[in-house]
Formats: sequence, C-alpha cells, structure tokens
Amino acid sequence: MSAATLPAAGTSPANASRGILLMLLLPGLIALAITFLLPLIWLLRASFASSTMGAFSGGNWTVQSYSAVLFDPFYWRIAWNTLVLGFNVAIFAVILSYPIALFLARTESRFRGVLTALAVAPLLTSSVVRTYGWMVILGDRGVINSTLQSLSLTGGVIRLTNNSFGATVALIEILMPYAILAMLSGFGRLNTQLEEAAAMLGANRLRVFTRIILPLSAPGVLTAALLVFVLAISSFVTPRLMGGGRVFVLGTEVFNEATVTLNWPLAAALSVMLLILFSSIILLYQRALRALET
Amino acid sequence: MQSNPLLGRIAWNTLIALLYLFLLAPIIVVFIISFDTRQYLAFPPESFSFGSYVKVFQNVKFISAFWRSLVIGAVVGLVAVSAGMLLSLSLVRYQFRGKAAVNFLILAPFLVPHIVLAVGIMLVIAPLGLLDSYPGIVLAHLGITIPYTVRTITMSLMAVDTRVEEAALVHGASPRMVFWRITLPLVRPGLIAGGVIAFLISFDEATISLFIVSVKASTLPTEIYHYLEYSTDPQIAALSVVLILISVGVVMAVEKLIGLRKAL
Repeated sequence: MSAATLPAAGTSPANASRGILLMLLLPGLIALAITFLLPLIWLLRASFASSTMGAFSGGNWTVQSYSAVLFDPFYWRIAWNTLVLGFNVAIFAVILSYPIALFLARTESRFRGVLTALAVAPLLTSSVVRTYGWMVILGDRGVINSTLQSLSLTGGVIRLTNNSFGATVALIEILMPYAILAMLSGFGRLNTQLEEAAAMLGANRLRVFTRIILPLSAPGVLTAALLVFVLAISSFVTPRLMGGGRVFVLGTEVFNEATVTLNWPLAAALSVMLLILFSSIILLYQRALRALET
Repeated sequence: MQSNPLLGRIAWNTLIALLYLFLLAPIIVVFIISFDTRQYLAFPPESFSFGSYVKVFQNVKFISAFWRSLVIGAVVGLVAVSAGMLLSLSLVRYQFRGKAAVNFLILAPFLVPHIVLAVGIMLVIAPLGLLDSYPGIVLAHLGITIPYTVRTITMSLMAVDTRVEEAALVHGASPRMVFWRITLPLVRPGLIAGGVIAFLISFDEATISLFIVSVKASTLPTEIYHYLEYSTDPQIAALSVVLILISVGVVMAVEKLIGLRKAL
C-alpha cells in the first residue's frame, strides 16, 4: 500500500481502484442476474413461445398463450377468484391485526417483548406446517366439527375445508404476522400525548379513535393491506392444500400448468399476468399513500 | 364508549387474547395432535403417545429430506453471506456510476412474487439440466436470500466507525489485514444474522422449491407438501413440532449470541 493510494483523513476510500470495486460487485451481481434478472427475461420470452410439451422452442414468437388465456372464460373466473381471495384475506387480516398492533404499539407491559415475539412467531413456522394446522382445525373431523358435534349443535359435518372458505381463513392467519409487523413499523407517529390532549379537550374515546388514532395509523394500515393482498394473490401452497384441488386461483393454475400439464408458455403467460396485476396494485398503493400524506 | 373504564379494559384485553389465540391456533393444535396415534386426522386425540414422533424419525423420506434441506440451507447461507458482504462493502464504502441500478437490483426481488420467480428460474435452469439438482435449488434460493443478507450486513457496516479502519491503515496495516482483522469482526453480528435469515428462508421455502425439485433434491417443505396431498396423519404434526422447536432453537441461539435487536 503506497502513500499515494491512502485515503485522505476523514473520507472513505472513494477513489480506490475500479478493479477492487468490480471484484466486490461481480459475485453478487452474477448471482442476482442468474437467479432474478435472467428468469424474468426468460419468463417474458417463454410467454410468447408456442406451446410444446415440457419446453418451449426458440425462434418463433406468438401470442398464442395470451390469446388462450384472454378468450377463455375459465381464466377470467380464475383471475376474479384470485382478486376476491386477495381482497377478503387483506380486509380480514388487517381488521384482526389492527388491535394487536395497536396494543403492542401502546402497551407498557413488561411482557411487551415476549408478546411482540409471540405475534411474529408464526413466521418462523413454515406456511406448509401452518396450513396443516388449519386442516386439523377446519377438517371434517377437525377441532370445529368435532366440537360442534359433541355439543350436538349440528347433525352432520360442516364443510370448512376443500373450499375457498378454508383457504381464506388459513391465509388470513398465515399472513397476519406480516400485517402486524407492517402496522407496528407504521405506527411510529402514534403518540399517547396527542390522545391525552384530545381527551382533555373533551373528546370521548370514540372521537379520539376516529379523529386521532385512525388517521395517524392509516399509512401503516394501508401498507399492511397491500402486503397481505400481494402475498395472498401470489400464494398457491395454501389455496392448493386447503382447497383440495377445488379452489382455482392464479397461483394454483400457474403451478398446474408448469408441473402437471407441462405447458410452460401458458404458465409463463399466466405469471406475467400475475406480475402485471401485482405491479398495478403497488402503483395504486403509492398513489393512495401520497394522497393520504398530503 | 364513555362507560365503565374497567369494563372497557377487560373487553379490550379479552379481544387481544382471542386474536392471539386465533394467530397461534394452528401451532397449538398441531402440538396437541402430534401425540395422537390414529392413522387419520381427528380431534381431539384418543390417546397420548410419542408414537408419531418415533414414526417420523423412522421415515427415511423425511430424514433424508431433512438432511438435504440442512445442507442446502447451509450452502445458501454461506454463499448469500459472502456475496452479500461484498455487495454491502461496495454499496456502503464506494461511490460509483450505476449504484442506483445495483441498489434496485437488490431491492427488486422483494417486489416480485415467488411463484413468478419460480417459473422463471425453472425456465432458466431446465436447459442447463439443473432441475431437481443441488446446484439448481441453491441457485434458486440465492436470488431470494441475497437481498436479505445485503440488508442486514449493510446496516452492520454503516454502524462501523471508518476511523478505526483508517487508524489501522495509518499504522501500517495492509488493506487486506484491515478487512480481516478490523472490518470483518466488527460486522460479525450482521454476518451471523444474515446467514441465519438466509438459512431459515431456504430451509422453509416451499413455493420455488416445488417448481425446481421433485425426487433427488427434494427439500423438507416439498416432501411435507406432497405428503399432505394424500395423507394428513399425525406424523406430519410430530414433524411440524420438531421443525418449530428447531426454528425456536435457532432464533434463541442468535438472541444469546448477538441479540435479536442487533440482528434485525
């Protein structure tokens, strides 16, 4: 190391050689190119290829897969199912997570750390395992059905799985920790002093909630809703297992085309459409957030 | 709303307790049912035994998938931390053209659904003959883990006082020596946290794995998924409990080693 390349005191070695920089950047960039950039380009390319079993042939470009999707009412229903599932899961996950997040943001309990950990702990459990848990709860001989029967409240079995109800309930719970985390980090502006001030000025608790807590927490709520929605519309393991093959959403259909039917161009076209849906929701969200903050 | 404050408090706390119950219900139920011995799914358990646990540990498919997941997770963790460390160094310490593009490339995988990435990765590695292979699944997991390792390591790196490094340089240490003796030990919490996060993501990842692997390189989550398609007996519950305990163990070890606050 010669004195000439020593950085001046107080500055970072900004003018270090390009070679070192390249060495630092290359491994990570190559890895990300192979595992992220290239797959997306390939996906786009494959979605314009003609359908052939198990592979796609290069050379020819066709919109065959897209027209197959756009002119088949089956896929329109799938897209609709996906949106409905996403909305239901997002709305209920946010409603059920909001009290927990509010509680965690304001509690002065010495168990706060433990309670926060407990709220996020399900994230440590594979979603496949938690889906299995919901099969145990909602199954024909599961917790709810056997409880109802032993109390003689129902004659027969109530079907809670193998339908979209089961998939929705399981996804709500599986995605709630994300909602809680998103809200917790978005509740930074909540301030008990503001609430006390409002109360002192005569606002009742309902008014404090609607005029102070709710507006201040709105950005966090919006972020949570977006996160849950996008995760829900791109899920397939939970809808597949809870739906027992009877729930058709974009995720399950992509998996089906890619691994069962082996129509890769169609799987690619459906993925591209999911991606477009995904990005439009994110763009809408950014608009909404800007409107909220001004 | 202006009514009895004590009553309101009780109602509020009850609501919170019920919501927690909902959130933890699948884990609690899985724990209870893991002690059942029947071959089908039913609640409540008839008898309590460790029979399902014994069966899981004798299930060759699960055991070999477990070791496979462990190896894959470890390799993914190591590679993701190494690549992440280098990327973080360049992002924190250097100004260069195209830095915004690099930053975007690192952030972008967060914005793309896993199922979309899964199809893309499948298309890329299939012609290379890497479907259902170790290199294939490791590659597939790198794209989704490097963004996390870069994030945690970057945060550790930004907290490092560069004057310490400069002092070492001034006193005659070579840049290489400064890196190994000063910088690396100072960012160790970020490295460990990043590695653990990458390992856990890889170990738990089901969506992408289901597109990439079938038999030879199947991971534990894909093995469980395929099992659940046909059978829901308590063996899966016992296996789930074991997996939950492992996750908790890993997190507690990180907490003990470096403190979770520092890690996240």
